[in-house]
Amino acid sequence: MSEDEELPDLDGGAARSINSTAVSGGGGDQNYVSPSPDQVLENVLENVLYFLTSRHDRNAASLVCKSWFRAEALTRSELFIGNCYSVSPGRVTNRFKQIKAIAIKGKPRFSDFSLLPPDWGAHFANWLRAMAASYRALEKVYLKRMCVTDEDLAITAHSFPFLKELVFVCCEGFGTDGLAIIARECRHIRVLELVDTDVTDDEVDWISCFPDNVTCLESLIFDCVETPINFEALERLVARSPSLKKLRLNSYISIRQLYRLMIRAPQLTHLGTGSFNTSEIVAQSEQEPDYLSAFAACKSLICLSGFKEIIPEYLSAIYPVCGILTSLNLSYANISAEQLKPVIRQCHKLQTFWALDSIGDEGLQAVSVACKDLRELRVFPVEALEDVEGPVSEVGLLTISEGCRKLQSILYFCQRMTNAAVIAMSKNCPDLVVFRLCIMGRHRPDHVTGEPMDEGFGAIVENCKKLTRLAVSGLLTDRVFKYIGQYGKLLRTLSVAFAGDSDLGLKYLLEGCPKLQKLEIRDCPFGDSALFAGLHHYYDMRFMWLSSCKVTRQGCEEVARQLPGLVVEVIASGEEENETNEYVDTMYLYRSLDRPRPDAPRFVHIL
Amino acid sequence: MRSIMGDYEETELRLGLPGAGGGGNEGETSRNSSGKRGFLETVDLNLNLNNSSDGNQVEDMKQKNPIPASTDSAKPPNKAQVVGWPPVRSFRKNVLSVQKNTTATDDNKSGGSSMAFVKVCVDGAPYLRKVDLKMYQSYQQLYDALSKMFSSFTIGNCGSQGLKDFMNESKLIDLLNGSDCVPTYEDKDGDWMLVGDVPWEMFVDSCKRIRIMKGSEAIGLAPRTVERCKNRG
Repeated sequence: MSEDEELPDLDGGAARSINSTAVSGGGGDQNYVSPSPDQVLENVLENVLYFLTSRHDRNAASLVCKSWFRAEALTRSELFIGNCYSVSPGRVTNRFKQIKAIAIKGKPRFSDFSLLPPDWGAHFANWLRAMAASYRALEKVYLKRMCVTDEDLAITAHSFPFLKELVFVCCEGFGTDGLAIIARECRHIRVLELVDTDVTDDEVDWISCFPDNVTCLESLIFDCVETPINFEALERLVARSPSLKKLRLNSYISIRQLYRLMIRAPQLTHLGTGSFNTSEIVAQSEQEPDYLSAFAACKSLICLSGFKEIIPEYLSAIYPVCGILTSLNLSYANISAEQLKPVIRQCHKLQTFWALDSIGDEGLQAVSVACKDLRELRVFPVEALEDVEGPVSEVGLLTISEGCRKLQSILYFCQRMTNAAVIAMSKNCPDLVVFRLCIMGRHRPDHVTGEPMDEGFGAIVENCKKLTRLAVSGLLTDRVFKYIGQYGKLLRTLSVAFAGDSDLGLKYLLEGCPKLQKLEIRDCPFGDSALFAGLHHYYDMRFMWLSSCKVTRQGCEEVARQLPGLVVEVIASGEEENETNEYVDTMYLYRSLDRPRPDAPRFVHIL
Repeated sequence: MRSIMGDYEETELRLGLPGAGGGGNEGETSRNSSGKRGFLETVDLNLNLNNSSDGNQVEDMKQKNPIPASTDSAKPPNKAQVVGWPPVRSFRKNVLSVQKNTTATDDNKSGGSSMAFVKVCVDGAPYLRKVDLKMYQSYQQLYDALSKMFSSFTIGNCGSQGLKDFMNESKLIDLLNGSDCVPTYEDKDGDWMLVGDVPWEMFVDSCKRIRIMKGSEAIGLAPRTVERCKNRG
């Protein structure tokens, strides 16, 4: 169970147990009845467990003995379900009675890249039904890659009158209709966040649905909602939300409108700037608002994003906050190195930086000079293609590694790379926890030596002792997996694509990485015998995904037969009856405490 | 063009296949001159679909045709497109297409040259989908993709065969007469048209959203019906 870095910080507020042992005092000493050892134990446990917030600690505590199990179950208030099908909602609501916060993850991550046919599952409705009956005091809901309908949102609003936080990440299935219901009915909502979530345009003005009085909104994030917004209503909403700290606007908000919002909310700490563009032609004589002063007024602004349709000339407006920013997301801003430099050179406190590769190696050079405290870097491609010249390369990676020694997490898309640069990063940045390198051309070798990229990734697993997440790419042989199996002892999440020569590759991984939780593999020549090499470990994993590999249906069936606690799904990729194919399109396996899910669509075969 | 609302000179009523017989921009080459076949070739009924990548399985995130790097002549010809590679989420690709719009005045969100996302709704289906029209080179490919997308929710004879029939002239009238489904689309002017009338390229440029409706409703789409379409849109 790995901590996903995107998982929000769920507060520990465990519901204090009201179960206190009454010592029946009164009367003389001879009538004193001391509480039974069991009760004392439970009392202690319940009060001690109150302080246990980490779910890993709680899981451990619950295993000690039955009374600890019971006590823990009564006092746990936050629930994390890493795979919505690993356990049935009924079992959960039976065991845990006092849940106030729940996080549920659904589809496997490769569904983000169209590798999972639609309607595969992960319907929130199943969980909602159970929760509505049992968790009336629910305050926080966090969903990732779940299918949520408008009706689900309506039920949510009605069933949880104390709902405070609703966060959707990579979800889909609902529209502005559903948002309107939430806005209207959830009287205590403080946090409403939509991140990379598909919201259909039902042509409903949901912003106007918030109640007219002062709200307790602290966070309103809707930058991914691609529908027009009633700006006047939004402006009024912001004006009557004095607690608002996080506001991320969508690209329908122009920079002029952004200005009007900012001057009403100088207390913001997190701002998503919308389009950062003007929607109308500004006449020469017309006065533009003083954007600089609006930013200058935001004394607490530490996280800036948006810039969805940026006119680069406006970027200088953010100068006043550069010095205090810890997070800057320019990953929708197609700007050059020259346009970046005057901004980034002021961002000495920056810890998180996301950008497009349009800034080039030169832009990364500027980052490495200015941002000595950088912890997380993500570089996305403007053109996500295979056969183009890319503006970033091993040069950028190397310079970052030399300047940003505290780097912990990197996601880097590029067209060419060398082992030398990757090896250098492995030595310069020993704190790396997440290393995700995507060389966009499949099977592309080190472009200087022509060698496979084995040595580079090998150095990463060997030198970065804290590494828990890795994504590999480029030309890779079985050797890289040997390295990963040998050195990747803390590795929990691994993504592999178009790599390896034979079954040995996967065998090395499954035999060598004891902490491996999430393994997603596509288009590699791994077959059944490699599949069997992991039988000893699958129960300890959250899931394994294999698509376009060389596993057969028989192989999958054998795994299912040997491991009854595992659900093995064979997913057809949408072709009509494809019995002739020797290999399965996709195999997705995960452990489950209950019977396989009843809601599997017809293209999913559960073995 | 079977225009519902208007009557344009070059859009006379015709039962021919899209592009056949010189409807509009005949012979216009595709925008990406990267080895893609010309328009007419792709609309041939005996479609040779082997340049469509593995399974038009899902919608928005397939790759664009790679533009060959002009520098390296030793490079192999364009690789086949691969679904989901590079692994970039659709939200990034969606918005990046707008970056290429230099005119800030245009509200058109899909104006970029690289992508054309439109919503697709099917009468009776509980959800909408989005497709990127630039991923396809022909109506046939679009129909195949739509059939697969909505295959888990069947509406009568709206399987790929049903939609293929739509391209077949002789079955067209049957379709319109029956209760089978008919793909319609709203164009830039707000008119509701039958899919398949104009050359593919013109369709991609002008289509704002797609609605697959029952044939019986599509017949002689009267203004009143069009209003209903728009409201349910």
